[in-house]
Amino acid sequence: MTLDEFFAVGKTVELGSHTFDAKAIKAFARKYDPQPFHVDEQVAAGSVFKKLCASGWHTTAVWMKLNIATDMAASDTDWDGPGPRPVFGPSPGLRNLKWLKPVYAGETVSYRRTVLSHRALSKRPGWCILSIRGEASDSTGDKVLEFDSGVMVQVA
Amino acid sequence: MQAVKWAFEDFVEGASIDLGARHVTAREIIEFASEFDPQPMHLDEAAGKASILGGLSASGWHTCAMFMRLLCDGILLDSTSQGAPGIDYARWKKPVLAGDDLTATVRVLATRISRSRPSLGLVTMHSEMQNQHGESVFEVENTIMFLSREAGAGA
Repeated sequence: MTLDEFFAVGKTVELGSHTFDAKAIKAFARKYDPQPFHVDEQVAAGSVFKKLCASGWHTTAVWMKLNIATDMAASDTDWDGPGPRPVFGPSPGLRNLKWLKPVYAGETVSYRRTVLSHRALSKRPGWCILSIRGEASDSTGDKVLEFDSGVMVQVA
Repeated sequence: MQAVKWAFEDFVEGASIDLGARHVTAREIIEFASEFDPQPMHLDEAAGKASILGGLSASGWHTCAMFMRLLCDGILLDSTSQGAPGIDYARWKKPVLAGDDLTATVRVLATRISRSRPSLGLVTMHSEMQNQHGESVFEVENTIMFLSREAGAGA
């Protein structure tokens, strides 16, 4: 098995869906993003968004929740390539994060992940970095979220 | 409407804005991770110590959220903000550990008025959080939309 096969490079994986109810939207926002349109229906009605909607950091955090619940190793057969089974490590960051459309209270959002590529880390022998695209769409099929992220993987 | 502190005109290229400080507790790290990122190094001190991160460490998404709260309290809640379309990049540069004291600073990189909507301005910011050792742990760059003072007063 190659690393490409193990990571299923290029294959989009459905991570499942999540419904954002008003109570959870407000609970997250009160802690981390208490802008009026995330914590109060009345104020949200008069805001740029017109209705209560989830913090962008809430919709991305739920991507991580569903991502963790779906094994990064794509194959159902176990690793039989050269060397030890790759071990997933931390992420150095993200880029090109776009909140394309508000996620309103009551909306159900479907999440996806695609491993775009992997490359060896010259400064860290034995490690590579996976480039990953995260995406999410609402119940009408409109994309609400996309970003590119990285994950470090120990491969030797 | 009462005048807010921060409208588009108040952001000056090159200016630095202090967003204050936040103490990171083990309880909060575990609470966030339990819901959104239940990996061992975010849930358990011993597992964190054994990991490459070296201690019970906050999920990177939690770090983003903690930064967002500082940005809200430091600027957004007393501003004409109209939201942000996204993030150019965010870097998790060093682990954020239980007990850390984070401070955040925003630097204004660029400001411009929207071509399609002159009452709206775009402010591009580079922000950073440091820990109590003066180490940069998090960096983020993005653009936030703010109404002009005049448009904000009429809103």
